[in-house]
Amino acid sequence: MSARPFERVVDEHGPMVLRVCRAVVGPADAEDAWSETFLSALKAYPELPGDANVEAWLVTIAHRKAIDVLRARARRPVPVDALPEEPSRTGRPEDWDGDLWHALAELPDKQRAAVAYHYLAGFPYREVAAITGGTADAARRAAADGIKALRLKDLSAAEPEGARP
Amino acid sequence: MTEPSDTELSTTELSTTERPGTELFKSVPGPDDATAARLRARLAGLAQRDGLLDVAYRTVDSPVGPLLLAATEEGLVRVAFSVEGHDDVLAELAGAVSPRILAAPARLDPVARELDEYFTGQRRAFDVPLDFRLSKGFRRAVLTHLAEIPYGSTESYAQVAAASGSPKAVRAVGTACATNPLPLVVPCHRVVRSNGTSGRYRGGEAAKLTLLTLEAL
Repeated sequence: MSARPFERVVDEHGPMVLRVCRAVVGPADAEDAWSETFLSALKAYPELPGDANVEAWLVTIAHRKAIDVLRARARRPVPVDALPEEPSRTGRPEDWDGDLWHALAELPDKQRAAVAYHYLAGFPYREVAAITGGTADAARRAAADGIKALRLKDLSAAEPEGARP
Repeated sequence: MTEPSDTELSTTELSTTERPGTELFKSVPGPDDATAARLRARLAGLAQRDGLLDVAYRTVDSPVGPLLLAATEEGLVRVAFSVEGHDDVLAELAGAVSPRILAAPARLDPVARELDEYFTGQRRAFDVPLDFRLSKGFRRAVLTHLAEIPYGSTESYAQVAAASGSPKAVRAVGTACATNPLPLVVPCHRVVRSNGTSGRYRGGEAAKLTLLTLEAL
């Protein structure tokens, strides 16, 4: 039984879950995924054991919601080029490094999920595997392949053109 | 440009701050204030729609300090003064009612408006739905009677005991007032000592005097 107000869970973990959603489904769908995640979490919350890892529980739910979003998107393809190229400062979800999302969007779903849960959310591979299914070794390989692909991209969007060799 | 080799990743689990690769994700932002507010409002709306908003709360400013207002789907369930510790009160509600608690002001708009009218002298009685589930037995009988004490008048603890059907239960009336989950709206501040002094109050004696003075105007 959880006796902590759910509002405190949103306070504590809401920002991290949004970052994970942004990395896994992209800026345009991240807020939908976040809202569905916390709505599902709210429903199940009274039954959550008091000693549960709340962060891992939330990301596990977010992962399922991300799969739903990605499947829906596969049925109605949206070109990533439709996203704004220039960062805005309006508080809209597009408001982050477009180049990183473009690079993430090109990764296979499994690799993108593995790098997000391991490198962004900070979960060890056994936890990543518990979230995505499969083995810790498979999660490790997916994350390694994903991070290698990201490193091959030029993600220095903040630097002026021509500043790098 | 030198990068850490990928083999470093595969042998040991490093902490988030040390792990090579985390720097790639520094540009993925959390919510700014506008986004956070939008997400909270949307979650509260979806929770209300799906019947999952067991307890909605907000705080309002008042002449007796910040007040926490909390409501179930049945009605107002708790009014708390800041001396009670609003975080502690929310934790109590999580245990006593449900942990499905969100800051969701819409459900509290009617009582917030009525309190504002009360404090500006434009309202003498509250008519929002009340949820008495935090008060049981004799205490609840006392609270039911308190609602009948008119604005601007007072009763002694002994009078309330008699009116509640147990003339000897003066101390129990004191306890019922001291544990009133709905102060202000259920006017336990109108119960005073037989000697005319105001007596103790959940929001502090100064708050009780402020209310009695307001109602005497």
